[in-house]
Amino acid sequence: MSSETSTTIVVMGDREEIFPQEPAERPRLRPGRLALVSITLLTFAFLYVPIAILVVFSFNDARTGAVWQGFTLDWYARLFRNERLLDAALRSLIIASVSTAGSVVIGTMTALGMERYRFRSKTFWDGLLYMPVIVPEIVAGVSLLLFFAAASIERGFLTLAVSHIAFSMPFVYLTVRARLADFDLSIEEAAKDLGADEWVTFRRVTLPLLMPGIVSGALLAFTLSVDDFIISFFVTGRGWDTLPIYIWSALKRGVTPEVNAVSAMLLLFSATLVVASLILQRRRAY
Amino acid sequence: MLQTIRERKSLQLLGLMLPGGFWLILFFALPLALIFAISFMSRDDLSRPALPLTLANYQQTFDPLYINLFLFSVGLSLLTTLITLLIAFPVALFMARLPKRWRNIMTLLVMIPFWTNFLVRTYALQFLMRANGPINTLLLSVGLIDEPAQMLSTPFAVLVGLVYGELPFMILPLYTSLEKFDWSMIEAAQDLGANALKTLAHVMLPLTAPGILAGSILVFVPSVGSYITVELMGGGKINMIGRVIAQQFGQSSNWPFGSAISLLLMIVVTLAALVYFRIGRGERGAV
Repeated sequence: MSSETSTTIVVMGDREEIFPQEPAERPRLRPGRLALVSITLLTFAFLYVPIAILVVFSFNDARTGAVWQGFTLDWYARLFRNERLLDAALRSLIIASVSTAGSVVIGTMTALGMERYRFRSKTFWDGLLYMPVIVPEIVAGVSLLLFFAAASIERGFLTLAVSHIAFSMPFVYLTVRARLADFDLSIEEAAKDLGADEWVTFRRVTLPLLMPGIVSGALLAFTLSVDDFIISFFVTGRGWDTLPIYIWSALKRGVTPEVNAVSAMLLLFSATLVVASLILQRRRAY
Repeated sequence: MLQTIRERKSLQLLGLMLPGGFWLILFFALPLALIFAISFMSRDDLSRPALPLTLANYQQTFDPLYINLFLFSVGLSLLTTLITLLIAFPVALFMARLPKRWRNIMTLLVMIPFWTNFLVRTYALQFLMRANGPINTLLLSVGLIDEPAQMLSTPFAVLVGLVYGELPFMILPLYTSLEKFDWSMIEAAQDLGANALKTLAHVMLPLTAPGILAGSILVFVPSVGSYITVELMGGGKINMIGRVIAQQFGQSSNWPFGSAISLLLMIVVTLAALVYFRIGRGERGAV
Protein backbone atom coordinates (compact mmCIF):
# COMPACT_ATOMS: atom_id res chain seq x y z
CA MET A 1 0.00 0.00 0.00
CA SER A 2 2.78 2.37 0.96
CA SER A 3 4.41 2.05 -2.45
CA GLU A 4 1.49 3.66 -4.21
CA THR A 5 1.08 6.55 -1.80
CA SER A 6 3.20 9.60 -2.28
CA THR A 7 4.40 11.47 0.76
CA THR A 8 4.38 15.13 1.57
CA ILE A 9 6.58 16.73 4.15
CA VAL A 10 4.71 19.22 6.27
CA VAL A 11 7.05 21.49 8.15
CA MET A 12 5.75 22.53 11.53
CA GLY A 13 8.24 24.81 13.24
CA ASP A 14 11.56 23.03 13.15
CA ARG A 15 10.18 19.50 13.12
CA GLU A 16 8.90 17.52 10.22
CA GLU A 17 5.90 15.26 10.11
CA ILE A 18 5.36 12.98 7.20
CA PHE A 19 1.84 12.08 6.21
CA PRO A 20 0.80 9.81 3.43
CA GLN A 21 -1.06 11.77 0.83
CA GLU A 22 -3.80 9.83 -0.83
CA PRO A 23 -4.43 10.21 -4.52
CA ALA A 24 -7.49 12.38 -5.10
CA GLU A 25 -9.86 9.51 -5.86
CA ARG A 26 -9.00 7.70 -2.64
CA PRO A 27 -11.76 7.84 -0.04
CA ARG A 28 -11.09 10.37 2.70
CA LEU A 29 -11.06 9.00 6.21
CA ARG A 30 -13.33 10.80 8.60
CA PRO A 31 -13.02 11.99 11.40
CA GLY A 32 -10.39 14.08 9.69
CA ARG A 33 -6.71 13.47 9.58
CA LEU A 34 -5.99 16.45 11.84
CA ALA A 35 -7.93 14.81 14.67
CA LEU A 36 -6.00 11.56 14.16
CA VAL A 37 -2.67 13.40 14.20
CA SER A 38 -3.51 15.27 17.40
CA ILE A 39 -4.76 12.17 19.21
CA THR A 40 -1.63 10.27 18.18
CA LEU A 41 0.75 13.03 19.26
CA LEU A 42 -1.07 13.46 22.59
CA THR A 43 -1.00 9.72 23.20
CA PHE A 44 2.72 9.46 22.59
CA ALA A 45 3.26 12.49 24.80
CA PHE A 46 1.19 10.79 27.51
CA LEU A 47 3.33 7.65 27.18
CA TYR A 48 6.71 9.38 27.17
CA VAL A 49 6.41 12.62 29.16
CA PRO A 50 6.28 10.96 32.63
CA ILE A 51 9.38 8.90 31.78
CA ALA A 52 11.20 11.93 30.38
CA ILE A 53 10.40 14.00 33.48
CA LEU A 54 11.61 11.22 35.75
CA VAL A 55 14.89 11.10 33.86
CA VAL A 56 15.23 14.90 33.97
CA PHE A 57 14.65 14.99 37.72
CA SER A 58 17.24 12.29 38.30
CA PHE A 59 19.73 15.07 37.45
CA ASN A 60 18.06 17.61 39.77
CA ASP A 61 20.25 18.98 42.54
CA ALA A 62 17.55 18.81 45.24
CA ARG A 63 16.78 16.24 47.89
CA THR A 64 12.98 16.71 47.80
CA GLY A 65 10.37 18.49 45.74
CA ALA A 66 10.14 19.12 42.05
CA VAL A 67 11.67 22.54 41.73
CA TRP A 68 14.67 22.56 39.43
CA GLN A 69 17.77 23.45 41.46
CA GLY A 70 20.46 22.80 38.92
CA PHE A 71 22.19 19.89 37.23
CA THR A 72 24.01 17.22 39.20
CA LEU A 73 25.37 13.73 38.64
CA ASP A 74 25.53 13.22 42.37
CA TRP A 75 22.59 10.76 42.54
CA TYR A 76 24.23 8.56 39.95
CA ALA A 77 27.54 8.72 41.82
CA ARG A 78 25.72 7.62 44.97
CA LEU A 79 24.20 4.62 43.19
CA PHE A 80 27.64 3.24 42.56
CA ARG A 81 28.55 3.56 46.24
CA ASN A 82 25.30 1.99 47.47
CA GLU A 83 26.29 -1.59 48.36
CA ARG A 84 22.74 -2.86 48.90
CA LEU A 85 21.64 -1.56 45.54
CA LEU A 86 24.68 -2.93 43.72
CA ASP A 87 24.11 -6.34 45.33
CA ALA A 88 20.47 -6.29 44.25
CA ALA A 89 21.48 -5.37 40.69
CA LEU A 90 24.06 -8.16 40.63
CA ARG A 91 21.46 -10.66 41.86
CA SER A 92 19.07 -9.49 39.12
CA LEU A 93 21.76 -10.06 36.49
CA ILE A 94 22.56 -13.53 37.84
CA ILE A 95 18.91 -14.57 37.89
CA ALA A 96 18.31 -13.09 34.43
CA SER A 97 21.31 -14.94 32.96
CA VAL A 98 20.22 -18.29 34.38
CA SER A 99 16.60 -17.69 33.42
CA THR A 100 17.55 -16.63 29.88
CA ALA A 101 19.74 -19.68 29.34
CA GLY A 102 17.01 -22.00 30.60
CA SER A 103 14.13 -20.40 28.75
CA VAL A 104 16.09 -20.19 25.48
CA VAL A 105 16.87 -23.92 25.49
CA ILE A 106 13.38 -24.99 26.57
CA GLY A 107 11.56 -22.41 24.44
CA THR A 108 13.49 -23.31 21.30
CA MET A 109 12.90 -27.03 21.81
CA THR A 110 9.17 -26.44 22.30
CA ALA A 111 9.02 -24.24 19.20
CA LEU A 112 10.71 -26.98 17.13
CA GLY A 113 8.29 -29.58 18.47
CA MET A 114 5.20 -27.45 17.86
CA GLU A 115 6.19 -26.23 14.38
CA ARG A 116 7.89 -29.27 12.88
CA TYR A 117 5.73 -32.16 14.07
CA ARG A 118 2.12 -33.12 13.70
CA PHE A 119 0.39 -34.52 16.75
CA ARG A 120 -3.04 -34.65 18.28
CA SER A 121 -2.56 -32.88 21.62
CA LYS A 122 -1.53 -29.57 20.03
CA THR A 123 -4.56 -27.66 21.35
CA PHE A 124 -3.66 -28.72 24.87
CA TRP A 125 -0.10 -27.46 24.38
CA ASP A 126 -1.33 -24.20 22.92
CA GLY A 127 -3.42 -23.70 26.04
CA LEU A 128 -0.51 -24.58 28.33
CA LEU A 129 1.80 -22.17 26.51
CA TYR A 130 -0.78 -19.38 26.72
CA MET A 131 -1.18 -19.77 30.48
CA PRO A 132 1.45 -17.17 31.39
CA VAL A 133 -0.49 -14.65 29.27
CA ILE A 134 -3.88 -15.43 30.81
CA VAL A 135 -2.98 -16.03 34.47
CA PRO A 136 -2.68 -12.68 36.29
CA GLU A 137 0.84 -12.20 37.62
CA ILE A 138 -0.36 -11.84 41.18
CA VAL A 139 -2.05 -15.26 41.02
CA ALA A 140 1.03 -16.82 39.41
CA GLY A 141 3.14 -15.31 42.20
CA VAL A 142 1.06 -16.47 45.14
CA SER A 143 0.45 -19.90 43.63
CA LEU A 144 4.22 -20.41 43.26
CA LEU A 145 4.65 -19.26 46.86
CA LEU A 146 2.12 -21.90 47.98
CA PHE A 147 3.78 -24.51 45.82
CA PHE A 148 7.30 -23.89 47.17
CA ALA A 149 5.96 -23.77 50.72
CA ALA A 150 4.05 -27.03 50.26
CA ALA A 151 7.12 -28.71 48.74
CA SER A 152 9.29 -27.30 51.57
CA ILE A 153 11.66 -25.70 49.09
CA GLU A 154 13.57 -22.85 50.66
CA ARG A 155 12.91 -19.63 48.78
CA GLY A 156 15.86 -17.88 47.19
CA PHE A 157 18.01 -18.30 44.11
CA LEU A 158 16.53 -21.60 42.98
CA THR A 159 12.88 -20.59 43.33
CA LEU A 160 13.53 -17.28 41.55
CA ALA A 161 15.34 -19.01 38.68
CA VAL A 162 12.73 -21.71 38.01
CA SER A 163 9.85 -19.20 38.24
CA HIS A 164 11.54 -16.79 35.86
CA ILE A 165 12.13 -19.62 33.38
CA ALA A 166 8.44 -20.54 33.65
CA PHE A 167 7.13 -17.10 32.67
CA SER A 168 9.88 -16.22 30.13
CA MET A 169 9.95 -19.49 28.23
CA PRO A 170 6.62 -18.98 26.36
CA PHE A 171 7.92 -15.66 24.97
CA VAL A 172 11.09 -17.29 23.63
CA TYR A 173 8.86 -20.04 22.21
CA LEU A 174 6.68 -17.51 20.36
CA THR A 175 9.65 -15.58 18.94
CA VAL A 176 11.49 -18.69 17.74
CA ARG A 177 8.32 -20.27 16.37
CA ALA A 178 7.59 -17.14 14.32
CA ARG A 179 11.03 -17.49 12.74
CA LEU A 180 10.57 -21.23 12.16
CA ALA A 181 7.31 -20.52 10.35
CA ASP A 182 9.25 -18.41 7.78
CA PHE A 183 11.85 -21.11 7.37
CA ASP A 184 12.69 -22.34 3.89
CA LEU A 185 12.69 -26.14 4.27
CA SER A 186 14.46 -26.69 0.94
CA ILE A 187 17.72 -25.49 2.54
CA GLU A 188 17.56 -28.37 4.99
CA GLU A 189 16.76 -30.78 2.20
CA ALA A 190 19.77 -29.53 0.25
CA ALA A 191 21.98 -30.21 3.28
CA LYS A 192 20.59 -33.73 3.55
CA ASP A 193 21.06 -34.33 -0.18
CA LEU A 194 24.68 -33.33 0.29
CA GLY A 195 25.02 -36.12 2.84
CA ALA A 196 24.53 -34.36 6.15
CA ASP A 197 22.74 -36.44 8.75
CA GLU A 198 19.91 -35.02 10.84
CA TRP A 199 22.09 -33.77 13.67
CA VAL A 200 24.66 -32.14 11.37
CA THR A 201 21.83 -30.48 9.40
CA PHE A 202 20.42 -29.12 12.63
CA ARG A 203 23.77 -27.90 13.97
CA ARG A 204 25.12 -26.46 10.71
CA VAL A 205 21.97 -25.28 8.92
CA THR A 206 18.84 -24.99 11.05
CA LEU A 207 20.39 -23.55 14.19
CA PRO A 208 22.45 -20.80 12.49
CA LEU A 209 19.39 -19.71 10.49
CA LEU A 210 17.26 -19.66 13.64
CA MET A 211 19.90 -17.68 15.53
CA PRO A 212 18.41 -14.20 15.06
CA GLY A 213 15.08 -15.48 16.42
CA ILE A 214 16.80 -17.20 19.32
CA VAL A 215 18.92 -14.17 20.22
CA SER A 216 15.89 -11.91 19.93
CA GLY A 217 13.92 -14.26 22.22
CA ALA A 218 16.87 -14.34 24.63
CA LEU A 219 16.95 -10.55 24.84
CA LEU A 220 13.23 -10.49 25.63
CA ALA A 221 13.64 -13.21 28.25
CA PHE A 222 16.46 -11.22 29.83
CA THR A 223 14.35 -8.03 29.94
CA LEU A 224 11.35 -9.86 31.36
CA SER A 225 13.48 -11.34 34.11
CA VAL A 226 15.31 -8.13 35.03
CA ASP A 227 12.02 -6.20 35.06
CA ASP A 228 9.86 -8.68 36.94
CA PHE A 229 8.63 -7.48 40.28
CA ILE A 230 5.39 -9.23 41.30
CA ILE A 231 6.35 -12.88 40.85
CA SER A 232 9.86 -12.29 42.24
CA PHE A 233 8.36 -10.53 45.26
CA PHE A 234 6.50 -13.72 46.25
CA VAL A 235 9.10 -16.34 45.39
CA THR A 236 12.21 -14.62 46.71
CA GLY A 237 13.75 -15.44 50.06
CA ARG A 238 16.12 -13.93 52.58
CA GLY A 239 19.12 -12.30 50.92
CA TRP A 240 17.75 -12.60 47.39
CA ASP A 241 16.08 -9.24 46.81
CA THR A 242 16.33 -8.33 43.13
CA LEU A 243 16.64 -4.78 41.76
CA PRO A 244 12.88 -4.18 41.24
CA ILE A 245 12.27 -5.44 44.80
CA TYR A 246 14.91 -3.02 46.04
CA ILE A 247 13.24 -0.17 44.12
CA TRP A 248 9.85 -1.17 45.51
CA SER A 249 11.02 -1.09 49.12
CA ALA A 250 12.84 2.19 48.49
CA LEU A 251 9.56 3.63 47.15
CA LYS A 252 7.74 2.35 50.23
CA ARG A 253 10.30 4.06 52.50
CA GLY A 254 9.83 7.37 50.68
CA VAL A 255 11.31 8.59 47.45
CA THR A 256 14.82 9.87 47.17
CA PRO A 257 16.33 11.21 43.94
CA GLU A 258 18.48 8.09 44.02
CA VAL A 259 15.38 6.05 43.17
CA ASN A 260 14.84 8.29 40.15
CA ALA A 261 18.42 7.68 39.05
CA VAL A 262 18.24 3.89 39.38
CA SER A 263 14.84 3.88 37.65
CA ALA A 264 16.23 5.91 34.77
CA MET A 265 19.12 3.49 34.38
CA LEU A 266 16.84 0.46 34.47
CA LEU A 267 14.59 2.02 31.80
CA LEU A 268 17.56 2.76 29.57
CA PHE A 269 18.86 -0.77 30.05
CA SER A 270 15.64 -2.55 29.11
CA ALA A 271 14.84 -0.12 26.28
CA THR A 272 18.24 -0.92 24.75
CA LEU A 273 17.58 -4.67 24.94
CA VAL A 274 14.12 -4.26 23.42
CA VAL A 275 15.38 -2.18 20.51
CA ALA A 276 18.15 -4.73 19.88
CA SER A 277 15.64 -7.57 19.99
CA LEU A 278 13.27 -5.85 17.56
CA ILE A 279 16.03 -5.04 15.11
CA LEU A 280 17.02 -8.72 15.11
CA GLN A 281 13.42 -9.81 14.59
CA ARG A 282 13.13 -7.59 11.52
CA ARG A 283 16.00 -9.37 9.79
CA ARG A 284 14.55 -11.71 7.23
CA ALA A 285 15.18 -15.44 7.28
CA TYR A 286 16.70 -16.56 4.00
CA MET B 1 11.95 -49.27 8.13
CA LEU B 2 8.95 -46.94 7.90
CA GLN B 3 7.93 -47.99 11.39
CA THR B 4 11.34 -47.13 12.83
CA ILE B 5 11.35 -43.68 11.20
CA ARG B 6 7.96 -43.00 12.69
CA GLU B 7 9.11 -44.25 16.08
CA ARG B 8 12.20 -42.09 15.91
CA LYS B 9 10.08 -39.07 15.00
CA SER B 10 7.78 -39.53 17.97
CA LEU B 11 10.77 -40.06 20.26
CA GLN B 12 12.25 -36.80 18.98
CA LEU B 13 8.96 -35.03 19.53
CA LEU B 14 8.73 -36.39 23.05
CA GLY B 15 12.26 -35.21 23.78
CA LEU B 16 11.53 -31.74 22.40
CA MET B 17 8.25 -31.22 24.25
CA LEU B 18 9.15 -32.86 27.56
CA PRO B 19 11.17 -30.03 29.19
CA GLY B 20 8.61 -27.33 28.30
CA GLY B 21 5.69 -29.47 29.37
CA PHE B 22 7.42 -30.43 32.58
CA TRP B 23 8.21 -26.82 33.41
CA LEU B 24 4.78 -25.36 32.67
CA ILE B 25 2.90 -28.16 34.39
CA LEU B 26 5.15 -28.14 37.46
CA PHE B 27 5.47 -24.37 37.84
CA PHE B 28 2.18 -23.09 36.42
CA ALA B 29 -0.55 -25.73 36.34
CA LEU B 30 0.28 -27.55 39.56
CA PRO B 31 0.56 -24.36 41.68
CA LEU B 32 -2.85 -23.28 40.35
CA ALA B 33 -4.28 -26.66 41.35
CA LEU B 34 -2.77 -26.07 44.78
CA ILE B 35 -4.58 -22.72 45.02
CA PHE B 36 -7.80 -24.58 44.34
CA ALA B 37 -7.08 -27.16 47.06
CA ILE B 38 -5.96 -24.67 49.69
CA SER B 39 -8.98 -22.43 49.12
CA PHE B 40 -11.05 -25.17 50.80
CA MET B 41 -8.77 -25.49 53.83
CA SER B 42 -8.81 -23.86 57.25
CA ARG B 43 -5.90 -22.56 59.32
CA ASP B 44 -4.03 -24.06 62.29
CA ASP B 45 -2.73 -22.16 65.32
CA LEU B 46 0.29 -20.89 63.37
CA SER B 47 -2.05 -19.66 60.55
CA ARG B 48 -0.77 -22.37 58.25
CA PRO B 49 -3.29 -23.99 55.90
CA ALA B 50 -4.69 -27.09 57.58
CA LEU B 51 -7.57 -29.55 57.57
CA PRO B 52 -10.54 -29.82 58.00
CA LEU B 53 -11.92 -28.81 54.65
CA THR B 54 -14.33 -25.91 54.78
CA LEU B 55 -16.40 -23.56 52.65
CA ALA B 56 -15.83 -20.71 55.11
CA ASN B 57 -13.34 -18.96 52.81
CA TYR B 58 -15.90 -18.72 50.04
CA GLN B 59 -18.62 -17.70 52.49
CA GLN B 60 -16.33 -14.86 53.56
CA THR B 61 -16.08 -13.64 49.96
CA PHE B 62 -19.85 -13.08 49.97
CA ASP B 63 -19.37 -10.34 52.54
CA PRO B 64 -20.62 -7.10 50.89
CA LEU B 65 -17.10 -5.73 51.43
CA TYR B 66 -15.64 -8.29 49.03
CA ILE B 67 -18.57 -8.27 46.60
CA ASN B 68 -18.09 -4.52 46.25
CA LEU B 69 -14.37 -5.04 45.86
CA PHE B 70 -14.96 -7.44 42.98
CA LEU B 71 -17.51 -5.16 41.34
CA PHE B 72 -15.17 -2.18 41.71
CA SER B 73 -12.19 -4.07 40.29
CA VAL B 74 -14.11 -5.49 37.36
CA GLY B 75 -15.83 -2.16 36.69
CA LEU B 76 -12.62 -0.16 36.79
CA SER B 77 -10.90 -2.71 34.54
CA LEU B 78 -13.75 -2.61 32.01
CA LEU B 79 -13.55 1.18 32.05
CA THR B 80 -9.78 0.96 31.53
CA THR B 81 -10.34 -1.39 28.60
CA LEU B 82 -12.91 0.96 27.05
CA ILE B 83 -10.77 4.08 27.48
CA THR B 84 -7.61 2.43 26.12
CA LEU B 85 -9.67 1.17 23.16
CA LEU B 86 -11.03 4.66 22.45
CA ILE B 87 -7.53 6.16 22.60
CA ALA B 88 -5.70 3.33 20.86
CA PHE B 89 -8.05 2.93 17.89
CA PRO B 90 -7.37 6.34 16.29
CA VAL B 91 -3.66 6.01 17.11
CA ALA B 92 -3.44 2.58 15.49
CA LEU B 93 -5.49 3.84 12.54
CA PHE B 94 -3.11 6.75 12.04
CA MET B 95 -0.06 4.51 12.39
CA ALA B 96 -1.38 1.97 9.89
CA ARG B 97 -1.78 4.67 7.22
CA LEU B 98 1.77 6.00 7.53
CA PRO B 99 4.54 5.20 5.03
CA LYS B 100 6.48 2.07 5.94
CA ARG B 101 9.54 3.80 7.41
CA TRP B 102 7.41 5.86 9.79
CA ARG B 103 5.30 2.86 10.68
CA ASN B 104 8.44 1.06 11.84
CA ILE B 105 9.57 3.99 13.98
CA MET B 106 6.13 4.35 15.57
CA THR B 107 5.92 0.60 16.24
CA LEU B 108 9.26 0.81 18.01
CA LEU B 109 7.96 3.73 20.10
CA VAL B 110 4.99 1.59 21.20
CA MET B 111 7.13 -1.49 21.77
CA ILE B 112 9.52 0.25 24.18
CA PRO B 113 6.91 0.93 26.89
CA PHE B 114 5.34 -2.45 26.05
CA TRP B 115 8.45 -4.28 27.22
CA THR B 116 10.14 -1.93 29.70
CA ASN B 117 9.76 -2.00 33.44
CA PHE B 118 6.11 -1.65 34.45
CA LEU B 119 6.98 -0.74 38.04
CA VAL B 120 9.29 2.08 36.97
CA ARG B 121 6.80 3.40 34.40
CA THR B 122 4.02 3.50 36.98
CA TYR B 123 6.35 5.14 39.46
CA ALA B 124 7.19 7.80 36.83
CA LEU B 125 3.49 8.64 36.54
CA GLN B 126 3.08 8.67 40.32
CA PHE B 127 6.09 10.97 40.67
CA LEU B 128 4.52 13.34 38.16
CA MET B 129 1.20 13.44 40.04
CA ARG B 130 2.54 13.74 43.60
CA ALA B 131 1.45 16.59 45.88
CA ASN B 132 4.99 18.03 45.57
CA GLY B 133 5.51 16.65 42.08
CA PRO B 134 6.21 18.48 38.82
CA ILE B 135 2.54 19.06 37.85
CA ASN B 136 1.64 20.70 41.17
CA THR B 137 4.90 22.66 41.25
CA LEU B 138 4.20 24.00 37.78
CA LEU B 139 0.57 24.87 38.49
CA LEU B 140 1.50 26.58 41.77
CA SER B 141 4.28 28.60 40.21
CA VAL B 142 2.10 29.96 37.41
CA GLY B 143 -0.59 30.69 39.99
CA LEU B 144 -3.32 28.48 38.57
CA ILE B 145 -3.83 26.88 41.97
CA ASP B 146 -3.13 28.10 45.51
CA GLU B 147 -2.40 24.80 47.16
CA PRO B 148 -1.25 21.45 45.75
CA ALA B 149 -4.05 19.46 44.13
CA GLN B 150 -4.56 16.01 45.63
CA MET B 151 -4.37 13.83 42.54
CA LEU B 152 -3.13 10.53 43.99
CA SER B 153 -5.00 8.13 46.28
CA THR B 154 -8.24 8.44 44.30
CA PRO B 155 -10.04 5.96 42.06
CA PHE B 156 -9.31 8.40 39.23
CA ALA B 157 -5.56 8.16 39.88
CA VAL B 158 -5.76 4.37 39.71
CA LEU B 159 -7.72 4.62 36.45
CA VAL B 160 -5.13 6.98 34.94
CA GLY B 161 -2.38 4.62 36.12
CA LEU B 162 -4.06 1.60 34.55
CA VAL B 163 -4.70 3.39 31.25
CA TYR B 164 -1.11 4.63 31.22
CA GLY B 165 0.31 1.21 31.98
CA GLU B 166 -1.88 -0.82 29.64
CA LEU B 167 -2.19 1.51 26.64
CA PRO B 168 0.68 -0.06 24.65
CA PHE B 169 -0.99 -3.47 25.07
CA MET B 170 -4.06 -2.13 23.25
CA ILE B 171 -2.26 -0.15 20.54
CA LEU B 172 -0.10 -3.05 19.31
CA PRO B 173 -2.76 -5.68 18.54
CA LEU B 174 -5.05 -3.02 17.03
CA TYR B 175 -2.24 -1.75 14.86
CA THR B 176 -1.41 -5.30 13.76
CA SER B 177 -4.96 -5.91 12.54
CA LEU B 178 -5.36 -2.44 11.00
CA GLU B 179 -2.06 -2.79 9.16
CA LYS B 180 -3.45 -5.81 7.31
CA PHE B 181 -6.71 -4.00 6.64
CA ASP B 182 -7.80 -3.82 3.03
CA TRP B 183 -8.59 -0.14 2.52
CA SER B 184 -10.51 -0.79 -0.67
CA MET B 185 -13.28 -2.10 1.59
CA ILE B 186 -13.84 1.48 2.76
CA GLU B 187 -13.99 2.62 -0.80
CA ALA B 188 -16.53 -0.07 -1.60
CA ALA B 189 -18.69 0.88 1.38
CA GLN B 190 -18.62 4.54 0.44
CA ASP B 191 -19.35 3.79 -3.20
CA LEU B 192 -22.41 1.93 -1.98
CA GLY B 193 -23.50 5.08 -0.16
CA ALA B 194 -22.44 4.44 3.42
CA ASN B 195 -21.49 7.50 5.46
CA ALA B 196 -18.40 7.64 7.70
CA LEU B 197 -20.22 6.35 10.78
CA LYS B 198 -21.82 3.46 8.93
CA THR B 199 -18.49 2.59 7.32
CA LEU B 200 -16.86 2.50 10.74
CA ALA B 201 -19.63 0.44 12.34
CA HIS B 202 -20.29 -2.03 9.54
CA VAL B 203 -16.93 -2.37 7.81
CA MET B 204 -13.98 -1.32 9.96
CA LEU B 205 -15.09 -2.59 13.36
CA PRO B 206 -16.15 -6.10 12.25
CA LEU B 207 -13.01 -6.56 10.17
CA THR B 208 -10.70 -5.38 12.96
CA ALA B 209 -12.61 -7.28 15.67
CA PRO B 210 -9.80 -9.84 16.25
CA GLY B 211 -7.40 -7.00 17.09
CA ILE B 212 -9.95 -5.28 19.31
CA LEU B 213 -10.63 -8.53 21.17
CA ALA B 214 -6.95 -9.39 21.59
CA GLY B 215 -6.19 -5.90 22.85
CA SER B 216 -9.14 -5.96 25.24
CA ILE B 217 -8.05 -9.24 26.80
CA LEU B 218 -4.44 -8.03 27.07
CA VAL B 219 -5.65 -4.93 28.91
CA PHE B 220 -8.49 -6.38 30.99
CA VAL B 221 -6.59 -9.33 32.49
CA PRO B 222 -3.64 -7.42 33.98
CA SER B 223 -5.97 -4.57 35.07
CA VAL B 224 -8.34 -6.77 37.01
CA GLY B 225 -5.44 -8.42 38.83
CA SER B 226 -3.30 -5.30 39.12
CA TYR B 227 -1.22 -4.76 42.22
CA ILE B 228 1.57 -2.27 41.44
CA THR B 229 -0.81 0.35 40.01
CA VAL B 230 -3.33 0.19 42.89
CA GLU B 231 -0.55 0.29 45.44
CA LEU B 232 1.36 3.22 43.89
CA MET B 233 -1.52 5.32 42.53
CA GLY B 234 -4.09 4.40 45.21
CA GLY B 235 -1.75 5.28 48.05
CA GLY B 236 -3.20 2.61 50.32
CA LYS B 237 -6.67 4.19 50.12
CA ILE B 238 -8.03 2.33 47.12
CA ASN B 239 -8.41 -1.42 47.12
CA MET B 240 -8.65 -3.90 44.29
CA ILE B 241 -8.63 -7.71 44.07
CA GLY B 242 -4.91 -7.97 43.39
CA ARG B 243 -4.03 -5.89 46.43
CA VAL B 244 -6.30 -7.95 48.70
CA ILE B 245 -4.68 -11.16 47.47
CA ALA B 246 -1.23 -9.72 48.19
CA GLN B 247 -2.39 -8.71 51.69
CA GLN B 248 -3.72 -12.19 52.48
CA PHE B 249 -0.38 -13.69 51.52
CA GLY B 250 1.51 -10.90 53.27
CA GLN B 251 0.58 -9.28 56.58
CA SER B 252 -2.75 -11.08 57.10
CA SER B 253 -1.18 -14.46 56.47
CA ASN B 254 -4.52 -16.00 55.56
CA TRP B 255 -3.50 -18.23 52.69
CA PRO B 256 -6.76 -20.18 52.41
CA PHE B 257 -8.80 -16.99 52.06
CA GLY B 258 -6.22 -15.48 49.70
CA SER B 259 -6.48 -18.68 47.62
CA ALA B 260 -10.26 -18.43 47.49
CA ILE B 261 -10.06 -14.85 46.17
CA SER B 262 -7.35 -15.87 43.69
CA LEU B 263 -9.58 -18.64 42.43
CA LEU B 264 -12.50 -16.23 41.97
CA LEU B 265 -10.16 -13.89 40.10
CA MET B 266 -9.11 -16.80 37.89
CA ILE B 267 -12.80 -17.45 37.15
CA VAL B 268 -13.30 -13.80 36.09
CA VAL B 269 -10.22 -13.98 33.87
CA THR B 270 -11.22 -17.35 32.39
CA LEU B 271 -14.68 -15.99 31.56
CA ALA B 272 -13.04 -13.08 29.76
CA ALA B 273 -10.79 -15.50 27.87
CA LEU B 274 -13.81 -17.66 26.95
CA VAL B 275 -15.66 -14.63 25.55
CA TYR B 276 -12.51 -13.88 23.57
CA PHE B 277 -12.22 -17.36 22.08
CA ARG B 278 -15.98 -17.64 21.43
CA ILE B 279 -16.32 -14.37 19.58
CA GLY B 280 -12.91 -14.86 18.01
CA ARG B 281 -13.98 -18.17 16.52
CA GLY B 282 -17.33 -16.78 15.41
CA GLU B 283 -15.56 -13.97 13.57
CA ARG B 284 -13.21 -16.31 11.78
CA GLY B 285 -16.18 -18.44 10.72
CA ALA B 286 -18.04 -15.42 9.38
CA VAL B 287 -15.25 -13.99 7.25
